[in-house]
Amino acid sequence: MAEVTLINHSGTQTTLDVPPGTSIMRAAIANGVRGIYAECGGDTMCATCHVYVEPEFSELFPPVNEDEDEMLEATACDRLPTSRLSCRLTIPEGCGAVVVRLPESQR
Amino acid sequence: MSARVVIVGAGHAGISTALELREAGFTGPVVVLDQAGHDPYERPPLSKAWLAGAVSTGELAFRAREVYARRRIELRTGVRVDAIDRGSREVVTADGTRLPYDHLVLATGARPRALPVPGAGLAGVHRLHTLTDALALRAALDTARALAIVGGGFIGLEVAAAARKRGVPTTVVEAAPRLMRRVVSEPVSAFYHRLHEDAGCVVRTEAVVAELTGEDGHVTGVRLAGGATVPADMVVAGIGVTPETGLAGAAGLATGDGVLVDEALRTSDPAVFAVGDCARFPLGDAMERLESVQNAADQGRAVAAAVTGDARPYRDVPWFWTDQHGCKLQIAGIATGADEWAVVGSVQERRFTVLCWRRGALVAGESVNRPADHLALRRLIAAKASISPAAARADGFTLKDHARALAG
Repeated sequence: MAEVTLINHSGTQTTLDVPPGTSIMRAAIANGVRGIYAECGGDTMCATCHVYVEPEFSELFPPVNEDEDEMLEATACDRLPTSRLSCRLTIPEGCGAVVVRLPESQR
Repeated sequence: MSARVVIVGAGHAGISTALELREAGFTGPVVVLDQAGHDPYERPPLSKAWLAGAVSTGELAFRAREVYARRRIELRTGVRVDAIDRGSREVVTADGTRLPYDHLVLATGARPRALPVPGAGLAGVHRLHTLTDALALRAALDTARALAIVGGGFIGLEVAAAARKRGVPTTVVEAAPRLMRRVVSEPVSAFYHRLHEDAGCVVRTEAVVAELTGEDGHVTGVRLAGGATVPADMVVAGIGVTPETGLAGAAGLATGDGVLVDEALRTSDPAVFAVGDCARFPLGDAMERLESVQNAADQGRAVAAAVTGDARPYRDVPWFWTDQHGCKLQIAGIATGADEWAVVGSVQERRFTVLCWRRGALVAGESVNRPADHLALRRLIAAKASISPAAARADGFTLKDHARALAG
């Protein structure tokens, strides 16, 4: 289990225990975390699960691929170097903790 | 605000309505009734990632059970609603319980059409609507030697893609002259037709099913009008759905291929709303019924707004998606009646968008592996932006620039 902390735009934190193999998007949706919409259900199609990964955790995940890159150009809030789509962030084995911040809006 | 909302149906639309009521600040009781005996789950993956084995059954849950409790959403599964007593504002369940409501939301969904031909009841004939259907279909695919799919729409083609990935010999039988005719333009139909054939799927258009043949009660093939037979030990019917309007009709609400609602999604009784697959609502100058996750989610939000006193016309741009052989198709708007189109991008490289106009107005866009185009299109169509076919065909045209100009 990884401890995934999501910090929303106003600073409210939610911490979830997420098993390896589950995406941060899936965990956030299942637990009703506000600020993650995931309209497409995790298919890299809607850009409504945008998060900013705190830099020290960025290495945990595979790099941005072509589809994700294109989607990140179309998010409702500005793209930053730390921007990712949380449907692409699958918790790897042995991961202890991840901290991500949520944008102000998703659409 | 202690009014009580009762929602019939725990599909995407029903559950979205319940969750959005809390998001909108509704504090009264919210009760969701559903005939099925299990927790709400996501339907789109049933014909896509789940069928392909990339998503487990446990991951289909719509929300963790605690979320409903935390949001004070009373979820009662395994409960069938038999009647609506509009006079006393109560729903009557199968065991005779009468449950009062101030606002009632019908999210009763739709059921798959059965094949209207002899042999439709043979063993080995499947449909794909519920999780139960999906489990049976997936198990049957494990041993299928020849699969015939009746219907070249999203469901049929998604199943065809999953079956070919498993190496099952597959034939798609479609009555119309081209695939996905109801929802996409000719270039996109042609593209997916080729894609399926390249993956080894036999595609037969303008092929009308006359009968399913069988032996010892099990399907053996699909006989077409004209006499040819497609051998099959497994058949999947994906020929569309019929909206569940029985409850509404029996209660005297206006129906007609759906529960008829106004712009705020109210039925002919203002205390009763209808959302999702079962609702027929005004869209542009027509009445439409949409079967999509986007529509279910957005209509849930619209009803929550109406219940909390913030009613506004439901005018969200419809969008749909499908994923076949790794080519993602995203559709924004409704292309019905389109009379002109332009292709942006490269069909060869499998990354392109088809823009569709009707009487000079941009009404829809279909993007294949171009998600940013799709997002730009949703904004452009919502804003009724004017783009001419000539401008779209010019060198250097990008949708993103247009969407940016709009935002700026």
